[in-house]
Amino acid sequence: MPDLVFEVFRQERNGRPFEHAGSIRAPDEQAAEVYAREFYDRRHESIRLWLVPRSAIHAIEDFPDEFDTSYRRVDGYSLKGRLREARERARALDSAPGGEAA
Amino acid sequence: MADDARTQEFVEYVQSGGQVESTDWMPDEYRKRLIKFIEMHANSELMGVLPERDWILRAPTLQRKLALTAKIQDEVGHAQLIYRVIEDLGKPREACLDDLIAGRTKFHNVFHYPTRSWGDVGVIAWLVDAAAIVSQKALLKTSYAPYARIMKRVCWEESFHILHGRDVVLAMVNGTEGQRELVQEALDRWWEPLMMFHGTPVPAADDPMYYWRIKSQANEEARQEFLDGYVDQILELGLAIPDPKLRRDASGTWVYTEPDWEKLMAVVSGHGPASAERIAFRALSRAEVDWVSRVVLAEAA
Repeated sequence: MPDLVFEVFRQERNGRPFEHAGSIRAPDEQAAEVYAREFYDRRHESIRLWLVPRSAIHAIEDFPDEFDTSYRRVDGYSLKGRLREARERARALDSAPGGEAA
Repeated sequence: MADDARTQEFVEYVQSGGQVESTDWMPDEYRKRLIKFIEMHANSELMGVLPERDWILRAPTLQRKLALTAKIQDEVGHAQLIYRVIEDLGKPREACLDDLIAGRTKFHNVFHYPTRSWGDVGVIAWLVDAAAIVSQKALLKTSYAPYARIMKRVCWEESFHILHGRDVVLAMVNGTEGQRELVQEALDRWWEPLMMFHGTPVPAADDPMYYWRIKSQANEEARQEFLDGYVDQILELGLAIPDPKLRRDASGTWVYTEPDWEKLMAVVSGHGPASAERIAFRALSRAEVDWVSRVVLAEAA
């Protein structure tokens, strides 16, 4: 049997991202379409389906991280300690001679 | 890395909640166990439609006929999705179907029993599906990610089946004395298989399926969850559960008559009251539709 595997992606509503739903095996694209409609839209729960031959997928699974690139991310910044220190300093300035409180 | 060390690392990974994809390295033992477990599940979805199929032509109303047909279509769809997961692990669907027909692989105990009346259809769709959904919900946390993703879809569709079954049962208990009697009779017949459904109370620590986190809960835990969820729902309809020992102990744990586990083993290994008939029917329908796949494949070639 011709052994084609199609990965199925489905979109639930307009504007939503396509999500991987599963895969189907079919002898050709026409049969794949029949199966995809049958398995992934029986309750009209999709508005679009994408069928992608598995062989067309170029997968990347290794992500070497030689350098610390946390500066690109939100979790690369920890403000809590610095903020506390800055607030303490500001208070110290306020109460110091020559400060506004004086 | 030596294979032993690699396996050890893998075990620690899945035991701490890690999930595995089909393209990841996995120990042979894990792959073997996965195939065995998932294949039994797929077989059960496929064989599970046969008892219900018998009632399509005898459904009491057109609405019921359509709902039952839709449920059957869902279950066959689940079988196809789950066999697909097994194919990616290395065993083709054709081989699974061959093994099923030859009796080399198993399917769930509840599908080895005959259905006697429309009451059975209600009890199966309500309580057998309820017992199944307890296991299936736990499988959302299985260590094998492609299986977990498919289970999400399966659980979503199963929720309609339980509702449909409960609706059938409610219609009958609100009907004539005779109809209520049919539900009670069906419950009397199905209670034992239901109590066997989640398997022997083997502790999680001794269960290889739990060791690899293919399953995420112990058998007894699943049975207790089923009883917690459904005993009250059954009793409130004025139905009687055919187990005089059934009660909650002081700690809230359900106590019940110990099922005959040897009988369960006999049933799932093909010696249940309807096993031979069901397997023969599956073999017949496979032979009968064989020409369809040959035509479709010839056209595609």
